[in-house]
Amino acid sequence: MAWFSTSKAKDKKFNEDIWLSCPKCKKHIFKESWLQEHKVCPACGHHGKLTAWERIGITLDEGTFTELNGAIKPADPLEFNDAKGSYKDKVAETTEKTGLNESVVTGSGKINGIPVSIAVMDFRFLGGSLSSGTGEKILRAANYAYEKSVPLIIFSASGGARMHEGILSLMQMAKTCAGVARLNDRDIPFISVLTDPTTGGVSASYAMVGDLNLAEPGALIAFAGRRVIEETIKQKLPDDFQTAEYLVEHGFIDKIVHRKEMKNTLSRILSFYNR
Amino acid sequence: MVSKIELEKKLALMSNSPDLFKREIAKVKKELAELDSQPQDRTPWETVKLARNPLRPVLQDYLGAIFTDFTEFHGDRRFSDDKAIASGFARIGGEPVMVIGHNKGKTIEENIERNFGCALPDGYRKALRMMQLAERFNVPIITFIDTQGAFPGLEAEERGQAEAIARNLVEMARIKVPIICVVVGEGGSGGALGIGVGDRILMLSNAVYSVISPEGCAGILWRDGTKAPLAASALKPTAPSLQELDVIDRIIEEPADGAHTDYDATFAAVKQALLEELKGLKKIPKAKLTKRRFEKFSKMGIYNE
Repeated sequence: MAWFSTSKAKDKKFNEDIWLSCPKCKKHIFKESWLQEHKVCPACGHHGKLTAWERIGITLDEGTFTELNGAIKPADPLEFNDAKGSYKDKVAETTEKTGLNESVVTGSGKINGIPVSIAVMDFRFLGGSLSSGTGEKILRAANYAYEKSVPLIIFSASGGARMHEGILSLMQMAKTCAGVARLNDRDIPFISVLTDPTTGGVSASYAMVGDLNLAEPGALIAFAGRRVIEETIKQKLPDDFQTAEYLVEHGFIDKIVHRKEMKNTLSRILSFYNR
Repeated sequence: MVSKIELEKKLALMSNSPDLFKREIAKVKKELAELDSQPQDRTPWETVKLARNPLRPVLQDYLGAIFTDFTEFHGDRRFSDDKAIASGFARIGGEPVMVIGHNKGKTIEENIERNFGCALPDGYRKALRMMQLAERFNVPIITFIDTQGAFPGLEAEERGQAEAIARNLVEMARIKVPIICVVVGEGGSGGALGIGVGDRILMLSNAVYSVISPEGCAGILWRDGTKAPLAASALKPTAPSLQELDVIDRIIEEPADGAHTDYDATFAAVKQALLEELKGLKKIPKAKLTKRRFEKFSKMGIYNE
């Protein structure tokens, strides 16, 4: 069988420039069409993860985005080390790999001409985890919306609070929600968009308390992890458990929006904002 | 304070030339003796175990000992009455307050009924209702935090555990009466924070408060749940660490061997702290409360810029 596996390995190498396998349905798809569709599988409609900058590129009007507070980056308040090394090294490595300083990019921009304050999380940066820096940037994005009286839009993609910052990461949930709470005083809308995945401390804070909660199809949205729940209740969970569709059915998401409709859906909603 | 290790190092260095450092050596030896006479510092993991001690006083003990006239109210007006959280009006030192807390039991039967103090969304929604009731009655709120975490179950997800906790975080920032939170045992992550946003955050000296349980953290970052003692040290969940990080405002000293060894001393310390804090918060004009609370939480976190 040696000849067979060799030729298969060669095939695979050849294919990688042109083909890729959908993370969900595993079908081989043209890389070009995957990228053209902004990482949505043409075969099954699976929405792949976007980087923060890719998201900003397809959401805001060209040339309107101004990044704010981009210099904020993690400190290491607990001098945290785990089995694989130090938090400091992990941050340095992630920053080098992604070119990002934190797990969220924030700023101002326009959606079909409507000015907004926007925060976009990036899952590549330590699983999009919520740290002191992330919390500060989200709070400042909310404060910017408050001061300028423009709507706040947050795209979430996160595994939850960043353990490496201990209790300080937990407190970011309260901090960001205090920022969101203040928008009520001035009746400034906040639209939360939950993308795959939005779980733990991010779902249990700002991501779930939008005046409107939108989600991308199939996104995992959860408080506790599936495995933890199965271990706790000793039961198998339904297949669609904790998907965006499941949350719509249970009344926690207002609308599922396909990636290619997202910008226009946001601008249509904002066009109803009679300020 | 200088650590024991530093003093011992100093001593070892100086003992190379004992005549030269005679006076210094005597001084360091005295300091070391003083350190030794103090109660031994517990490791964070030992404190975690103390915070979970089943004999430790729980909400019902505090309600019986330091409050009078507890008048309990039930239900979230949405789905059920979650017994993992208890709430109602009460008086402390004659002052009317609203008490809300995780309701760990003392017996197996009680704990089964109350789900070991692990609340459903229904519990957090009941807590919010009660906070809004306190606002209507213009009485301060005291919350008792003592939970492993919010319940991770099918019905919890189905009914929106994340939304219930998040909603409380938003609304607690806006409640127009003083809020005092006391971490009396385990402060388990979002389940603790769900009733943990206030003007003053107090913590018993052997309580713990953490973003994740040491076992959970060890399972993820060490891929080995038995490394929990290591994770406990890394997470720094003890009261002195939290005070250093400006997350809590005050530590309530427990009896040296833990709150469970002397209930009366614990009750007296908690009661005194609460009365002092209530008095302090009364002086703050109502209109300034929420602004101060916003500023307090805005400052939390350490990052570089």
